[in-house]
Amino acid sequence: MATNPMHQFNVYRIGPEIKIDQVDISFTNASLFMVISSLIILILFNLGSVKKKIIPNKIQLLAELSYSFISKMISDTAGSKGKPYFGFIFSLFMFVLFCNMLGMLPYAFTVTSHIIVTFVLAAFIFIGVTVIGFIKHGLGYLKLFVPSGVPIVLLPLIVVIEVISYLSRPISLSVRLFANMMAGHTMMKVFGGFVISLGLVGGWLPLGFSVALTGLEILVAFLQAYVFAILTCIYLNDALNLHH
Amino acid sequence: MHKRLVLYLLLVIFTFYSNVNSAESEGMPQLNPEFWVSQIFWLILTFGFLFIVLSKFILPKISNNLELRKSQILENIETAEKQKIESENKIKEYETLINNSKNEARNYFNEARKKIIQDIDKKREKIEDEINQEIKNAEKEIVELKKGSPEKINKIATETSVHLIKQLIGEEINNSSISAIVEDLSKKNKGKYYGN
Repeated sequence: MATNPMHQFNVYRIGPEIKIDQVDISFTNASLFMVISSLIILILFNLGSVKKKIIPNKIQLLAELSYSFISKMISDTAGSKGKPYFGFIFSLFMFVLFCNMLGMLPYAFTVTSHIIVTFVLAAFIFIGVTVIGFIKHGLGYLKLFVPSGVPIVLLPLIVVIEVISYLSRPISLSVRLFANMMAGHTMMKVFGGFVISLGLVGGWLPLGFSVALTGLEILVAFLQAYVFAILTCIYLNDALNLHH
Repeated sequence: MHKRLVLYLLLVIFTFYSNVNSAESEGMPQLNPEFWVSQIFWLILTFGFLFIVLSKFILPKISNNLELRKSQILENIETAEKQKIESENKIKEYETLINNSKNEARNYFNEARKKIIQDIDKKREKIEDEINQEIKNAEKEIVELKKGSPEKINKIATETSVHLIKQLIGEEINNSSISAIVEDLSKKNKGKYYGN
């Protein structure tokens, strides 16, 4: 009777099938929403940067506030050394935020609700951070796994734990975002289904829940983008400033 | 009422299970690897494009705008402070000017008052002198008049008494006898008429 709540996560081809050496890289609804959110970001921030006014208009204010927000986040977590990575963190935050927010529109597809997308982002960050760490500190970067002030007896155990926690970073980072997005959208769909199947008689309670969940999901969409970006900053900080 | 509530709950449970069952029947589309490569490809393409355009073209502009505003605001603050100091100096100058001119005005006023007072004093002295002179002259005249007056009075009194007697009696009487009587009377009454 009710439509499948997981149906919204289906990926399907839009337009012709594109194959390179048996590998399917067709344009899908996921690709469409990636393109849409990228274009929205570019248009918005381009509009916010073309006019040089001392007193900014609304779009310019938005662009400049976002700029100083991310800039402050990086300098707070990674210090002044994190400045060269500002462009990447900014794009990352905006991309995740707009993909999450676009997913809140009815009938829209949530790009970040797919584990493969978030995992590719997280894996890229993980590899990038590791490479930066080894370039900056050489083999000394391995000291990251040996915290100072730990008794020698505990050291083998601590090192194992540190290595596991380091290696699980891309998984935790990607699963956090993907699971939040998927769970939220599934919940909304389930409550939406309740409204339909309970009808005029009993549908008011789930409708109220739906409204409340929409507000919660918008909060989660922002929060998860923020968490994703700030965790990237923290990992970057580990690689740039070796504390241990 | 209770029946309705139970029915409602049953309906909720039923719909929930039907939803969950239909979800399980298809599984998670996220774990279907059919479009994984496509998603990775398009993610790299779009995110790469976004990253390059943002960091090469748009973010430098925003940062320039911010820097420009910062420097302009700082400049404005500096010029404002300069102008403030200048205006304070101007106010001080103005105050000293006003004080000086006030003092000058006071001096002028004082001098003018002194002059006027001196002038007035001089004139008053002159006039007082003149008045004194006049008074002295008048006193002299009075004294002279006083000196001359008893004789004249006696003379007049004698003449009038001669005339009176002549008219009353019709007889001329010797002047010297009458003048002797008048002088005698005037000597007796000297204190009475002149009040010296």
